[in-house]
Amino acid sequence: MTLAPETTDLKIQLRLDSPEGDWFTVCDLNRLVPGRGVAALLPDGRQVALFRDRKGELYAIDNRDPFGGAAVLSRGLIGSHQGRPFVASPLLKQRFDLLDGRCLDDETVRVATYEVRTA
Amino acid sequence: MTATPGATPTIVLVGHGMVGQRFLEALAERGLTATHRVVVLCEEPRPAYDRVQLTSYFSGKTPEDLSMTDMEFIKTHGIELYVGDPAQTIDREARKVTARSGLVVDYDVLVLATGSYPFVPPVPNKDAEGCFVYRTIEDLLAIEAYAKAKAKVGAVVGGGLLGLEAAGALKGLGLTSHIVEFAPRLMPVQVDEGGGAALLRTIEDMGLSVHTGVGTQEIVTDESGAVTGMKLSDGSELATDMVVFSAGVRPRDQLARDCGLAVGERGGITVDEQCRTVSDPHVFAIGECALAADGRVYGLVAPGYEQAETAAATIAADEAAFTGADLSTKLKLLGVDVASFGDAHGTADGCLDVVYSDSRAGLYKKLVIGRDGTLLGGILVGDAEAYGTLRALTGSVPPVAPESLVLPAGAGAGAQLGPSALPDDAIICSCHNVSKGTIRGAVTDHQCTTVPEVKKCTKAGTGCGSCVKVLGQLVTAELEANGVVVDKGLCGCFSQTREELYEIVLALRINTYQDLLDRYGRDEARGGDGCEICKPAVGSIIASLAPTIGASGYVLDGEQAALQDSNDHFLANLQKNGSYSVVPRIPGGEITPEGLIVIGEIARDFGLYTKITGGQRIDMFGARVEQLPLIWARLVDAGFESGHAYGKALRTVKSCVGQTWCRYGVQDSVRMAIDLELRYRGLRSPHKLKSAVSGCQRECAEAQSKDFGVIATANGWNLYVGGNGGATPRHADLLAQDLSDAELVRLIDRFLMFYIRTADRLERTSTWLERIPGGLDHVRDVVVEDSLGICEELESLMAAHVANYADEWATTINDPEKLARFVSFVNAPDTPDPVVGFVPERDQIKPDLPLLSIGMRPAEEVLEGSAQR
Ligand code: SRM
Ligand SMILES: Cc1cc2nc3c(=O)[nH]c(=O)nc-3n(C[C@H](O)[C@H](O)[C@H](O)COP(=O)(O)OP(=O)(O)OC[C@H]3O[C@@H](n4cnc5c(N)ncnc54)[C@H](O)[C@@H]3O)c2cc1C
Ligand code: SF4
Ligand code: FES
Repeated sequence: MTLAPETTDLKIQLRLDSPEGDWFTVCDLNRLVPGRGVAALLPDGRQVALFRDRKGELYAIDNRDPFGGAAVLSRGLIGSHQGRPFVASPLLKQRFDLLDGRCLDDETVRVATYEVRTA
Repeated sequence: MTATPGATPTIVLVGHGMVGQRFLEALAERGLTATHRVVVLCEEPRPAYDRVQLTSYFSGKTPEDLSMTDMEFIKTHGIELYVGDPAQTIDREARKVTARSGLVVDYDVLVLATGSYPFVPPVPNKDAEGCFVYRTIEDLLAIEAYAKAKAKVGAVVGGGLLGLEAAGALKGLGLTSHIVEFAPRLMPVQVDEGGGAALLRTIEDMGLSVHTGVGTQEIVTDESGAVTGMKLSDGSELATDMVVFSAGVRPRDQLARDCGLAVGERGGITVDEQCRTVSDPHVFAIGECALAADGRVYGLVAPGYEQAETAAATIAADEAAFTGADLSTKLKLLGVDVASFGDAHGTADGCLDVVYSDSRAGLYKKLVIGRDGTLLGGILVGDAEAYGTLRALTGSVPPVAPESLVLPAGAGAGAQLGPSALPDDAIICSCHNVSKGTIRGAVTDHQCTTVPEVKKCTKAGTGCGSCVKVLGQLVTAELEANGVVVDKGLCGCFSQTREELYEIVLALRINTYQDLLDRYGRDEARGGDGCEICKPAVGSIIASLAPTIGASGYVLDGEQAALQDSNDHFLANLQKNGSYSVVPRIPGGEITPEGLIVIGEIARDFGLYTKITGGQRIDMFGARVEQLPLIWARLVDAGFESGHAYGKALRTVKSCVGQTWCRYGVQDSVRMAIDLELRYRGLRSPHKLKSAVSGCQRECAEAQSKDFGVIATANGWNLYVGGNGGATPRHADLLAQDLSDAELVRLIDRFLMFYIRTADRLERTSTWLERIPGGLDHVRDVVVEDSLGICEELESLMAAHVANYADEWATTINDPEKLARFVSFVNAPDTPDPVVGFVPERDQIKPDLPLLSIGMRPAEEVLEGSAQR
C-alpha cells in the first residue's frame, strides 16, 4: 500500500463518555474511504460506526441497527438530505441522521452519537 | 346548544375509541373545542388507537405505532382526557356522569361512543384459562404471552372477518391453527357460496384447518382448569391449547340501559338521523354502540366516522344527517384479497350476476348488475385489484361490458378500467367519504402535488388504506391534466429518470458519480453526498457501461466502492444477524463430484449452514465478514467464481438435463444454459436477471418464469422474455421462434442491453415490458426489426462487457488493500463481531436471534460453529 505521509500521521479519535471524557484513538484516517464507514470496538464492548463524507467530515454513531438488532450500521450507504448527512441501514434501509442519531423514518427512534476528531 | 349564559357549556365524551377520537377532531374542526369544555372518559389504559390495524401488531407494529391520538392535539384544544377511567353511572336528570375514580362531571351534551364487546357463546368452560377474545391491544398481549408460554395448537371460534385475522395471528405465532365456523362457509356475511369456496381453498392451502358447519359445544379443560380441547356439534373433539372467541360483537349499551335510554331489541342505543338518542336530546350515541336511524348497528369504522361528523355538526347547529352507509370492505386476510361492496348478495329485484370463477387459482369475482345495467355491488376473492374502481362505479352503468370487468387481465377481453372513467361524485375513499371531485379539487385548488399532501388535505387514504392505489393514479392523472410536470426524477438528488441518466453517462462518457451529481444533479444536491437510492443506481449504470466509458470494470475500484449497496460492497449477502452468505457460480446447475466435495469441505471447515437454493446452486450461510476472503481464497483456488447472488446482475441460468439424457429432449439444454450463464455473468443491470433453458416443451427448467427463457424446439430455440416469479408472477412472452444458436445469442444480447438502457431502477424485465409504451411489440420492433437502428450499438456494448469480464472475487483476494475492509472492527481486526452468534438446528446452525434484542454478549459464549478448525 502506498500512502501519502501527511495522512498516515492523522489518527481518528472518539470521545468516551467516561467522567474524564478521554479521547480514544481508533485508527488511521486513511482507513476510511470517503462515502463509506467502518466499525470500531470500544474498550467496554460497545461498537461504533464511523463515517467519512466526500468533504472529509467525520461522524460516529452507535453501530447497532435498533430495528434489526445486528451491529451493521457501519456497512450502510451514506448520503445527504437537506444538507444533513445520514446513513441508510443495510438491513431494512431506515435512515439515521449522522449528527444527532435521529431516525429519519421513525421519529421515536434514535441511536447514540459520539464526538469524533482527528489528531 | 343551550347552556347557562356566561358559563362554558360542557361536552362529555364516553369512550375514546376510533369513533370517539374522530368525534374530537370534528369538534376541533368546527371550533367547538374553543367554545366548550370537552371532557373525555377513556376506559382502556391507553388513548384511542387503530383497532382496524390491530393484527399488524403481529407483523411488528408496536402499540405506539397503532396510536391515533396526538397528545399535542389534545393539549392545544384543551381537551381533558381521563385515561383508564370509565364512566360508571349517568344521572340524566341532573346531567352528571360519574367515573370509576369518583370524578363527577356535569354535562350539557353527552356523547356515548362505547363501541362493542366481543360476543362469547355461552358454552361450558368459556372462561377457562386459555380462552381469549380479540378486541383490544391488551387482548393481543395476553394471547401472545399465552401462546409463547404454553400453546402449540390454537383454535378460533368464528370464521368471519375477525376470526380469520385471529387465526392468521395464531399461525404467525407459530401455532397450528384451526377455525371453527357454524355457518356452511367462511366470511358468511361478506361473501357468497362461490366466494367462500375460493377462500376456503386458499386458506387451507396455507395450512390452516377449517371446520365449517359445526358449532362449539363445550370447552374441555384439564384438572388445573386450562384448555385442552373443544367438543364440536358433530360429536367430534378438537385438541387445542387455546381458544380465541371471535363469534361477533354486541353493542356496549349497558350504561345507556342503566340510565333508561331506549335500546333496540337486539341491542344498540336508539338514535335519530342526527345521532341524537330518541330518549334524550342532550345525549348522542355514535359508532358501534349506536342503533342508527335505518335500524342497523354498523360494525365498521367508516359509518362510525360519518356518525361522528354528524353528531359534531348537529352540536354546532349545522345540518347533517346519517341515514345509512355502505358496507363495502376490502381486506387482505392472511395475504388473500377479499372484497365485497354494495349489494354483494344480490338482494335487489331482478338483478343478475356476472361471475368469473377459477377455484384452482383461488379466484372468484362476482358483479351484481341491475336490470338497467347499473352496477349494484360485487364480491372479489383472490384478486381485488379492481375494488377501488368498481366500488366507486357502484350505482352507475359501467362504461364497458360487465363481463370484461371480471375476466383476468390477459384473458383476451379483460379490460382494466382506470379511475379516469369515474364520475366526479364517485366515492373513492369510503372510510372518509371522499369523492373523486374532492381529490381533484385538492390538486387543482389546493396545490397538492403528492399523495401524502392529498391525504393530509382530504383525509382520503388514511383509514383502511384500500383506496391509496386509486388515489395515486388520480393524483398523477390530475397533475398531468393540469400540465404540471410530475416529478419522475430518480430521487431527491436527480430530476432525471434512470433511463435519462444512462443516456447522459453513455453519451458524455461520464465515469464518476460525483461528476454526474455535480453537473446533472438537482441544484440543492450538487456538491453533496447523494443518497442511498441514486448511488447504487448510478454505480450500476457505470458498471454496465464500464469498458465503453472508460471506468474500471471492477466494482470495488476507487469511487465505485463507495457507491455499491452494502451487499455488493462485501461481495456477499448480508443476513439478519450481520453474518453473510456465500454463493459460488454453478453455471447451468452442472457440478462435478469434486466441485461438490470442495464446497462441502469449505462449509464443514468454516461451520457454515448449507442449502440448495431455488436457483440450482448451493448457498453457504453464516460466514463472518473476516472469513469471506479465507472462504473465497479456497473457492477461487478450486476454480469457482462469484455467483453475484448479492448483485443486481445475472443470477443463474437454470437448465434441465436435456437431450443428452432425457428421452424427450430435442436440444442440449445444459450446454446452452452454461454458454448463456458464462456470457452474461457479471452483467450489472437495473434489477437481477434470471434465465433458464429447457430441452423440450415439457419445460422442466421453468424458462417461462424467467427474464429471458429458452425452450428447445426440433428446429432450434424459442426465446421468451419478461417472465417473473416473485410476488407478482408473470409468464414470459414469446419473442422469437426456431432460432439458431447464433441468432439466439444475438437476440438476447440486444434484448438485455435495450432493457438495461431503458428500464427504471429496480424494475424487473416483466414490469418494464408492461410499462414501456408499445410493450412487447415495441421491444420486438427494436430488437428484432432494428426499428431504431441501435442494434449494432447494443451488440457492441455487450461484446465489450463479455470481453472485459473478470471474476470480482479473484480480483479482490489478490488485492491486499481491498482485503483490509473485510474485518469486523477497524481497530481490532482479529476480533469477530460478538453480536454475530449461532445456535444449532437440525444438525447445522442458525442465527441466534434472541441475542439480537439484547445486542451484546461475551465472545466466549459464541458457538464454535463459525470458527475455523
Ligand atoms: C437463496 C434463495 C432462496 C433459497 O434458499 O433457495 C433466495 C434468497 C433471496 N432472495 Fe430470492 N432467492 C432464491 C431464489 C429465488 C427465486 C427462484 C429462482 O430464481 O428460480 C425467485 C423467483 C424467481 C424470480 O426472481 O422471478 C426469487 C425471488 C426473489 C425476489 C422477488 C423478485 C421479484 O421480481 O418479485 C426477491 C426480492 C427482490 O429481489 O427484490 C428475492 C430476494 C432474495 C434475497 C436476496 C433477499 C435479501 O435481500 O436478503 C435473498 C438473499 C439470499 C442470500 O442471502 O443468499 N428473491 N428468489 C434463492 C437463491 C437462488 C440462487 O441460487 O441465486
Ligand atoms: C381485529 C379487528 C379488525 C377490524 N378490522 C376492521 C376493518 O378492516 N374495517 C373496518 O371498517 N372495521 C374493522 N374493525 C371494526 C372497527 O375497529 C370498529 O368498527 C371501530 O373500532 C368502532 O369504533 P368505536 O369508537 O365505535 O368503538 P371502539 O373502537 O371499540 O371504542 C370504544 C371505546 O369505548 C370504551 N368504553 C366502553 N365503555 C366505556 C365506558 N363506560 N367509559 C369509558 N369508555 C368506555 C372502550 O374501552 C373502547 O376503548 C375491526 C375490529 C377489530 C377488533
Ligand atoms: S424439459 Fe424436456 S428435455 Fe428437459 S428434462 Fe424436461 S422433459 Fe426432458
Ligand atoms: S377507503 Fe379506507 S382509507 Fe380510503
